[in-house]
Amino acid sequence: MLTIDASELDYRRLNEEIRAVEGDVTVTGCLGHRFIAAGLGDRNIELIGTPGNALGAYLNGASITVRGNAQDAMGDTMNTGRIVVYGSAGDAAGYAMRGGEIYVRDNAGYRAGIHMKEYQDKCPVMVIGGRCGSFLGEYQAGGIIIVLGLGISGRDVVGNFPCTGMHGGRMYLRSDCANIRFPKNVTASPATPGDLASIDRYISEFCSLFGIDKKEVLDSPFTKVAPDSKNPYEEMYVAN
Amino acid sequence: MKPEGQVRIPSGCAISAVISRKGERISGEKIITSMKPMRERSNGLGGGFAAYGIYPEMKEHYALHVFFNDDSCRAECEKFLKESFEVVSAKVIPTRKTPEITDEPLIWRYFVSPLKSVLVSMQLDEKEYVVRVVTRINSTMKGCYVFSCGKNMGAFKAVGFPEDVGHFYRLEEYEAYSWTAHGRYPTNTPGWWGGAHPFAMLDYTVVHNGEISSYDANRRFIEMFGYKCSLLTDTEVITYIADYLLRRQGLTLEETACVIAAPFWETISRMEEDAKAKATYLRTVFPGLLVTGPFSIILGFEGGLMALNDRLKLRSMVVAEKGDKVYVASEEAAIRAMEPDAENVFAPMGGEPVIVRVEEGKF
Repeated sequence: MLTIDASELDYRRLNEEIRAVEGDVTVTGCLGHRFIAAGLGDRNIELIGTPGNALGAYLNGASITVRGNAQDAMGDTMNTGRIVVYGSAGDAAGYAMRGGEIYVRDNAGYRAGIHMKEYQDKCPVMVIGGRCGSFLGEYQAGGIIIVLGLGISGRDVVGNFPCTGMHGGRMYLRSDCANIRFPKNVTASPATPGDLASIDRYISEFCSLFGIDKKEVLDSPFTKVAPDSKNPYEEMYVAN
Repeated sequence: MKPEGQVRIPSGCAISAVISRKGERISGEKIITSMKPMRERSNGLGGGFAAYGIYPEMKEHYALHVFFNDDSCRAECEKFLKESFEVVSAKVIPTRKTPEITDEPLIWRYFVSPLKSVLVSMQLDEKEYVVRVVTRINSTMKGCYVFSCGKNMGAFKAVGFPEDVGHFYRLEEYEAYSWTAHGRYPTNTPGWWGGAHPFAMLDYTVVHNGEISSYDANRRFIEMFGYKCSLLTDTEVITYIADYLLRRQGLTLEETACVIAAPFWETISRMEEDAKAKATYLRTVFPGLLVTGPFSIILGFEGGLMALNDRLKLRSMVVAEKGDKVYVASEEAAIRAMEPDAENVFAPMGGEPVIVRVEEGKF
């Protein structure tokens, strides 16, 4: 596999070098380089260090592995492909994602999954192992967000104001969500066995990627959150 | 080019900081390094640094850093300084010629002390007196601008990319227990030397990434107390708010954070009784000092710093530690540039202040 050392390259040069070669690439010395692998098709990209903002934006099939933490707006508007982070993600992870999968071992910042969407067979999925900041799934329009709350030592699985403006898709939080206040436009209810079966493959994938005992993960209540109206703006703006 | 305040330019910014809890001295080279991976966050129209503990041999005196348009401005200002203070030293601030930094004004440093007799006759404490003299220079003397006026600390700023500004001011020759830095991408205004960050008043300095929606409400409130927002940039008002709440009202840093980034009423309603009463009190007494719109700021002061995000967290900010050092930056990459093995990396919540203090007696 080809290795590129990013430490002496600016983000433009680095991305040119990644695009210039065929096949899989390992990039060492990532330090804030933006837009890594943006729009990239079927390839494996391994990143060592701290990649910069908009990692994998418009991703179009590539599989990205991050050995370290990701910064803001990871997977912005990604189309297909996969991002796996052996660490945490910054704010707005999965921003406007429209397909593909994101797996984050630890935590995600504010506004994870903001305006995720789906269409026919395109259904983005984001799994966060730890906790998320406030405004999780803000304006979510589609897709699946799963937050497992592993190793968060008693803190809430999500910060304030989750699901603000959510009007599509669904969210599964591994918690009874007793302390979480959801807005009126969504319904939070205990996940049924059928719900859990529908996300089983994503949880299995998460556990196998990060070496986590799946039985332990499932041995805990899950809450499913989904918008409860086909016309969520009815109350907000105008009756139509 | 239209001057500051007459044209609107949209945009981002970069901030970073490093502080040693044990008061160890850190070279300016370190903080300059942190700004390099964040170059895209600036556009070359402003960069600056604040350094604490850099004038130990002169720590009894206020260090004034001043821009002058020309020597006649300087002569006029120096006359006023001599009437107002005992001027212990007056020297040009050493800079390095670099092609990246041009059109520099005259840049001088004065070590001064207020005349005791004047303080007695005006019945003012020393700090208030310094604030009034500096406010008077900045608001009435054309071509003169005091951009730093604390003890044993200093701000350094210019139009340029931050790493170039750092080399221009030879910051590798300074050693500080705490550094903050800013790379500017001017929001709304074109940028000039005085408008670069940090903004300083006494030992308080503010570097800011964001855009304050409440600027005019904040300005109207703070100008009732003698401050003059003369720079037409929003960060200036945060500096005065910090000075007003911390020095004049005697609030703690936590309380100040609770005023500037007040929790939502909905969040307050869910607090424990004591916290609820306090948050309600602060929001009620200082509604005009609630700062809305996106911001991440680092407030530097003698012996410490406070990092704070707006309550909606519309700007990014990351904190990390290594040994006795604490790092803050807009991006984790900036922290890793200073300390590749930084630990306990975390992103504070919106409105959650991160306060770091140097051990007593070490600064």
